Amino acid sequence: MAKLQLEIVTPETRAFSEEVDMVVLPGAEGELGILPLHVALMTQLLPGEVRITQGQKQIELVVGSGFVEVTPTKVSILTDMAVADAEVDEAAAEEAINRAKTDLQNKDLNSEEVAEIERALARSLALLKFKRRTRH
Amino acid sequence: MPSTLDLRRRIRSVKNAAQITKAMQMVAAAKMRKAQAAAVAGRPYQEMLTRVLAAIKGRVEPSSHELLAVRPVRRELMLIFSTDKGLCGPLNTNLFRELTGTDRDKTEFVVMGRKAVQYIARTRQNLAADFALKDTVHYADVRPIARFASDKFISGEIDQVRVLYPKFVNTLTQQPVLRNLLPIPAEELDLEGDTNRGEFLFEPDAQGVLGAILPHYMAFQLYQMALNTRASEHSARMVAMKNATDNAKDLIKDLTLEYNKVRQQNITTELLEITTAQLAVG
Repeated sequence: MAKLQLEIVTPETRAFSEEVDMVVLPGAEGELGILPLHVALMTQLLPGEVRITQGQKQIELVVGSGFVEVTPTKVSILTDMAVADAEVDEAAAEEAINRAKTDLQNKDLNSEEVAEIERALARSLALLKFKRRTRH
Repeated sequence: MPSTLDLRRRIRSVKNAAQITKAMQMVAAAKMRKAQAAAVAGRPYQEMLTRVLAAIKGRVEPSSHELLAVRPVRRELMLIFSTDKGLCGPLNTNLFRELTGTDRDKTEFVVMGRKAVQYIARTRQNLAADFALKDTVHYADVRPIARFASDKFISGEIDQVRVLYPKFVNTLTQQPVLRNLLPIPAEELDLEGDTNRGEFLFEPDAQGVLGAILPHYMAFQLYQMALNTRASEHSARMVAMKNATDNAKDLIKDLTLEYNKVRQQNITTELLEITTAQLAVG
């Protein structure tokens, strides 16, 4: 059976580059399951999880916002972060959440700093939620 | 004439300085390689950005996007990437020379790096924001800067955003470069003209894809500039420290020569004294 070449690139590294059987990813218009020989497509990627089927193996990754380019033989994902399950450090994520919460209580912040901290908080919460869910 | 003790002391202190500059040189070399590797690691991302832009070529109305809007420049935002520390040769001086002649009444500055903060404070110009970047730059650290600049641009507070950074050419050469960031130069994106290929479906549509990709494009440009700054900083420091080490070695050689001369002269004088004394007694 035909396979799909999946590539995930971030500004800092090529996070994933392997042959896979199926990819499910969060597109702009809902979840998108891509099998080999999919029609050529270009869409926005929303922050969420990418689920990859590779033979018997299931791989899950957390991704940030970005883009997906689909051709019949290849899926390229351009995103600003891609984190595998094993890389999510639960303690570190929790610590980041606590730090963000204390920072938010601190009164003398300008709006940019608040927005930045809130973003960091959302990111850590997403990572933590993902980690807890995949454990069961 | 200095005494042998004085000379020995001086030689020792120069040797210590040479050891430190040598260590700094080696550290800078390692960090430079790291920054270069990070810039290379971003290449697949760059290629894909180019691919997406090529695919939407000719299908979109570029002037309709807010990040591409060209307006007459009344107020300008200038982003400066500099180093945090000195001891890197003329890197920062060359950089700031590019700023002479900027209109201080209509320019606001956003700085990344302590040296730039000092420069702006010294010349009493408008400082809008000061972002700290760590030695190893992460993409996540650059995004708030991109957000800050594009928010100001979109709100109309600022009509143009330019960036000044030291471009890494090679180990010996770093070029101060002043580039337009916003509005994103249309010729850089190359969106006008005929459609390249017709086989892509777009979700939601090509214009939506354009709107979503431009912030990423801009943030990635900034990230590359930050990496360039780091590579330039470390290579400039490496060269400066190599010169310092070489100079110290020359100095040690000269001092050692002088030390030996003084020592020999002392021996000669002593011998003369002994023989004279013997002759007088005999």
